[in-house]
Amino acid sequence: MSAILRPAIVIFVLLTLITGIAYPLAVTGIAQAVFADRANGSLIMRDGEAVGSSLIGQDFSGDPKYFWGRLSATGPVPYTAFNAAKATGSSGSNLGPTNPALLENARARIEALKAADVAVGYARPADQRVPIDLVTSSASGLDPHVSLAAAEYQAPRVAKARGMDQASVRAAVTRHTRGRALGLLGEPVVNVLEVNFDLDGLAP
Amino acid sequence: MTLNAVLQLVLYLAVLLVLVKPLGWFMARVYRGKPCGLDRVLGPIERLIYRIAGVKPEGEMGWKAYAAAVMLFSGVGLLFVYGLQRLQAMLPLNPQGLGAITADSSFNTAVSFVTNTNWQGYGGETTMSYLTQMLGLGVQNFVSAATGMAVLVALIRGLARKNTATIGNFWVDLTRSTLYILLPLSLILATVLVSQGVVQTFKPYQSAALTQPQSYEEALKDDSGNPVTGPDGNPGARTVQVTEQAIPLGPAASQIAIKQLGTNGGGFFNVNSAHPLENPTPLSNFVQLLSILLIGAGLCWTFGEMVGDRRQGWAVLAAMTVIFVALLGVCYWAEQSGNPRFDALGVDQAAGALQPGGNMEGKEARFGIANSALWATATTAASNGSVNSMHDSFTPVGGLVPMWLMQLGEVIFGGVGSGLYGMLMFVIVAVFVAGLMVGRTPEYLGKKIEPFEMKMAAIAVLVPCALVLLGTAGAALWPSNQANVPNPGAHGFEEILYAYSSASNNNGSAFAGYGANNLFNNTALGLCMFFARFWIIVPVLAAAGSLAAKKAVPVTAGTLPTHTPVFVVMLICVVIIVGALTFVPALALGPIVEHISLPGN
Repeated sequence: MSAILRPAIVIFVLLTLITGIAYPLAVTGIAQAVFADRANGSLIMRDGEAVGSSLIGQDFSGDPKYFWGRLSATGPVPYTAFNAAKATGSSGSNLGPTNPALLENARARIEALKAADVAVGYARPADQRVPIDLVTSSASGLDPHVSLAAAEYQAPRVAKARGMDQASVRAAVTRHTRGRALGLLGEPVVNVLEVNFDLDGLAP
Repeated sequence: MTLNAVLQLVLYLAVLLVLVKPLGWFMARVYRGKPCGLDRVLGPIERLIYRIAGVKPEGEMGWKAYAAAVMLFSGVGLLFVYGLQRLQAMLPLNPQGLGAITADSSFNTAVSFVTNTNWQGYGGETTMSYLTQMLGLGVQNFVSAATGMAVLVALIRGLARKNTATIGNFWVDLTRSTLYILLPLSLILATVLVSQGVVQTFKPYQSAALTQPQSYEEALKDDSGNPVTGPDGNPGARTVQVTEQAIPLGPAASQIAIKQLGTNGGGFFNVNSAHPLENPTPLSNFVQLLSILLIGAGLCWTFGEMVGDRRQGWAVLAAMTVIFVALLGVCYWAEQSGNPRFDALGVDQAAGALQPGGNMEGKEARFGIANSALWATATTAASNGSVNSMHDSFTPVGGLVPMWLMQLGEVIFGGVGSGLYGMLMFVIVAVFVAGLMVGRTPEYLGKKIEPFEMKMAAIAVLVPCALVLLGTAGAALWPSNQANVPNPGAHGFEEILYAYSSASNNNGSAFAGYGANNLFNNTALGLCMFFARFWIIVPVLAAAGSLAAKKAVPVTAGTLPTHTPVFVVMLICVVIIVGALTFVPALALGPIVEHISLPGN
């Protein structure tokens, strides 16, 4: 027994030192030396204070003058990346495709979008359909992006709410649109947080 | 099916298959103890490890000693990971002051990581300190993967050797897998991930001032947690203002790299690779996806090289790839078709230039449908279990694919090492069935397959099947477990079936709505993971020992060739038939019923 107990314990300890301490420290060293901004959360700073991360969405829904992001199933409020008191963080809705709550959430979002149009006096074409990503929850609850269709759907409302012409709102959207990587990978998306900061004149 | 989606899937497969040979060649050299280019740096470390541990690297083990070493090493890891979680509140590198983890959850997570399952009963950012992540979970990501690779190499030696009592030295196979294969690849991948925005820091979580403050209503409670009634007789409530967003950080990139390469899959954050700080861009998504199947595919080539007939490796890889591509097509089609229930609401689910369309519930905008379906298929083909979308919200058929891939026994690429040794057990069954058809003693790679090998193969194939069905039945009947199933109807049953399919095949992905972090499920799923891992490893090693002792039989005109397309089809059929016969009844009660209940079907 001791013939295999000693190697079992010694090799476990040594591999723990190598893979559990030396390796993460080496990666941290490289990360902080070469990619410090990204390794620390891609923060958006304003006057020396963090106002968000360009990778983590925030909740703008309800206010017509902002672009709205995906639905978020995090608790206690949408887009909670971490809440110590409630021990909550990133989360999907995990609603199944036949769960009635899935449709309720979508219906509520559609009503809210319509109400926002009415609030700013924007008359939307009656046959315009709502892009699917605008009425569904993201996997993380923190998705910073929406599809180009979801941004285009909202651009006229945002322009009207801000008294801007639609072309300059669309220009702001374009500034924060990221195409497919290498022209092929992933989907083209708009960063909701960055566009909203841009429209507020607070471009990061 | 959009053109871009097809191109993305084809590119992925092409890059994967191009890398099979160079990586397979490299790993074969590592396991033969030949120079592989890293010896100058890592050789001294390797020899130092053997010296301190008192291991003679040239000393070989019989299968029983090999199995005992595997079990003991895993046992040491199990105790360590359990203890670390229980004590984390008193240990350093815990900037959020996270408390000790409950006994049942610690047991579940310790088993989960030691068995290379990496089922997440916990939520990463809300539960695990930086120290627990690095020293407990991160280390097991390496060594549980290396253990699987070591067992595979022992089986390959058993097939390749003749008239021998030994199948290698576990300590050497373990150490060389970790140092020469997993560590260098992880270092490269981690650096790429950081360049894309994956966090890697020891700073505490970052607070950010919100542009749009939020608020929520909270029931008033007294000090002992009882509801407080307001003056009007109704339960009192207060409004809580939220003005800041806490952004979780940590040494994530280093852990995510090995999580993918070692087919572990346990995320640094709760939602795993759907979290924007764990998988921020399409490029980070591509390299993570690639590393899910990379080593498992490369080992097929290593196998062919080490048994002296590379065609044997390609044949196994071909069988895996055919099943993978077919099921990927089904999953992508189902998700891209969307959820017909949305049509009545005036929602646009059609794919176009401006949106991916399809079933976007539980998916991230940057990944869309193609990358979510590809990931779901790859992560369950491999016993990886990381996710970049929420499988619980997939369409019924889209969710059936990952569930069934796990139920096939995690042999379509499978876990590193474990996938191929599992597949080789199916190969033994396939040559046995072929032998029965023509009335000859079955042979594989010049070895007679006799009752002992068949018994071991049958155990390895049937143990996970039994665990899935018994576990699901038990959990469905357990009275207090009803409350842990959030979705109504057939989908609720699917959540249970998925959980036990995942644990009993060491995958680790979930229909994540299922409430698994409680005494019953932590215990039951923990036991499924444990038996699924070691009740396969021990029979596999027993078969390896028995095969190594056999003499070679000459190839004759009556020998069944095992590198031909005919045999590939035969192997595919055996895998599919076992999976279908065992699980179609259960699947009929879950995803199939749910699919039929959707409008239009």
